[in-house]
Amino acid sequence: MRASLFITCLADLFEPAIGVAMVRLLRKHGVALDFPEAQTCCGQPAFNTGNWDDARAVARRMLDVFEDAEYVVSPSGSCTAMVREQFPVLFAEEPRQLERAKALASRTYEFIEFFVKVLKITDPDARFDGTLTYHYTCHLRGLGMTTEAEDLVRRLKGVTYVPLERKEQCCGFGGAFAVKYPDVSGAMVNDKVDCIIRTGADAVVVNDTGCIMNIAGALRRRNVPIRVIHLARILAGEVTHP
Amino acid sequence: MSANASAYKPVWDFSAASRQAVRNKTLRDALFRATGKFDDGRREIMATLPQSEQVREKARQIKDEVLANLDTYLAEFSERAEAAGAHVHWAANGEQANEIVVAIAREHGVRNIVKSKSMVSEETHLNDALGKAGLHVVESDLGEYILQVASDHPSHIVVPAVHRTKEEIADLFNNAFDADLPSEPTAITAFARKRLRDEFAGAEMGITGANFACADTGTIVQVTNEGNGRLSTTWPRVHVVFTGIEKLIPGLADLPVFLKLLARSATGQPLTIYTNLITGPRRTGEGDGAQELHIVLLDNGRTDVLGSGYHETLRCIRCGACLNTCPVYRAVGGHAYGGIYPGPIGSLLTPLYEGKRRFRHLPHASSLCGACYEACPVKINIPQMLIEMKADQAGEGMTPFFERMTFRVWSLAMRSKLFYRLGARFMRWGLLPFSRDGWASWLPGPFGGWTDHREFALPKDEPFHTQWKRLQEGEARAG
Repeated sequence: MRASLFITCLADLFEPAIGVAMVRLLRKHGVALDFPEAQTCCGQPAFNTGNWDDARAVARRMLDVFEDAEYVVSPSGSCTAMVREQFPVLFAEEPRQLERAKALASRTYEFIEFFVKVLKITDPDARFDGTLTYHYTCHLRGLGMTTEAEDLVRRLKGVTYVPLERKEQCCGFGGAFAVKYPDVSGAMVNDKVDCIIRTGADAVVVNDTGCIMNIAGALRRRNVPIRVIHLARILAGEVTHP
Repeated sequence: MSANASAYKPVWDFSAASRQAVRNKTLRDALFRATGKFDDGRREIMATLPQSEQVREKARQIKDEVLANLDTYLAEFSERAEAAGAHVHWAANGEQANEIVVAIAREHGVRNIVKSKSMVSEETHLNDALGKAGLHVVESDLGEYILQVASDHPSHIVVPAVHRTKEEIADLFNNAFDADLPSEPTAITAFARKRLRDEFAGAEMGITGANFACADTGTIVQVTNEGNGRLSTTWPRVHVVFTGIEKLIPGLADLPVFLKLLARSATGQPLTIYTNLITGPRRTGEGDGAQELHIVLLDNGRTDVLGSGYHETLRCIRCGACLNTCPVYRAVGGHAYGGIYPGPIGSLLTPLYEGKRRFRHLPHASSLCGACYEACPVKINIPQMLIEMKADQAGEGMTPFFERMTFRVWSLAMRSKLFYRLGARFMRWGLLPFSRDGWASWLPGPFGGWTDHREFALPKDEPFHTQWKRLQEGEARAG
């Protein structure tokens, strides 16, 4: 099986360790992974703010970059949802591009989704010696994902799992939203952090880079020594304790 | 358009309103508790509703069928309602609707009016119009009554006074009525109940909204929890139903689908305490009911929306589930949205009905988390339409110049591997002077808002794209 890594701009620049973990983990499971080096961003920031012409130009590039991929795998539910749900919207009036967009959408997967639904791995075969909680990142909704990641976390060896109160409530990132309405976004992330603190966990699993930056930034501002970890790093055996 | 739309009003500053709201910790805690309770209740009870997904899908289909043939259903409803003895009135806008009610009141020598909760009457500012016509009107829903005493307006579609704590309400009543109430819900309610009884006894007209209107029988359906709805429809001799044209459903047989969803989605109840079905006024030999029944059907911009890309919003059954589940609403409350309808659905309705330029910030007031779409019993894809509304704004040149230029430059850079990678480098270098240990505590300009509330992590020294070669070599060695 061959898969192409769609690292996403945020993970590429801010959380490259996630990509490294994905490469190691997928190789371990027999997936031949390549990294199309021309990739940049999927266009989501422009799309979500209504600047669709700018988004479309960037999205068209994505269609080129991943044209030949058998599977496209990304560590972000949000960027995956952009490709799967919104690329067909962006190219609704360009029949040829629409066909390519739909084809790309049909073979693009969020990382945990790929792991559980394509590779059909439900035993994480990894360990974490400590207490974990898990935040459900919003864009998993559109992908039809519910408890897949949480189930993997629960099954880690050595872990004590504490469910997060209101785990499905948005952390307040929302891309441009956090820049346009920082005070509302700030109130939201602090509500999230309050819930995280109440679990008493050593670390919180968050599988989307935007949310990681937001939650980790708020925890750090409040001097709370709780780590924020993408599940790929635990599954790859790169993080095994707090 | 609402009655006051012609007067100039400045652009609603959601940013300032929301900033002020989130600073009010009492409001936030009260909202978080109340909406959390409703949201949890909805989730729990929807999980126990057999085939809930199919019920939602059925409700969506029925609403879409009505909206696709609204003219036919409206004609049928009007015919059946009149056959049952009701008078049907058509109002193109809020002003007309209010005038119709004033005229009915004059015709019947009405001086005192009791109202049960109606968001549509908020839309047309009906109480103001009735007051100006010299009529005495009293809200009889407890929440609405509190707001009327306080000269306030609803901040939630279903629980209008959710922004007021019991302490505030006790103070309010004590000051307004020279009473000595403890901040105890039971005592406050008993006090309001007693005062409202006198109002009911003296009222010649009751005004209510409608939750549904059945085309095949001309039946008005009203669901309430407090019983004030039933008193408003049966005690006064004239009953006026004040409602929007989108409330139609094809027939009485479709009602169970919606009754299954409405109370569950709104308050987490299987049914509300009262479900009133009203077909015509009191008939000869019947023991109760109004002697005169008037139904005012309001357009007020709805047919414009019907023909637009936003027609899905007309499915809305005003359950408030999207408000209760929305993390933005829960942080800022309803008044920060500035319109009649707050929350996620309000961020669509307010620009559509009250001015897309004036309320142009509302579609941006969402983190697009999708919780509202998931909660909506009639599957209105709110987040998608919020994005579409922003795209419409861009098409109409409403996007601020700075934002437009930022995305233009960003888009050009993202079309080139070289510019993307160089841009990333420059970003890191640019941020380094502001940072310590890879984190920035303060950033200038538009990113200052981020660092007001949290640290900003710098891009890593070695992005993934520069680590890839090494990873590839690792594979070659291993292979």
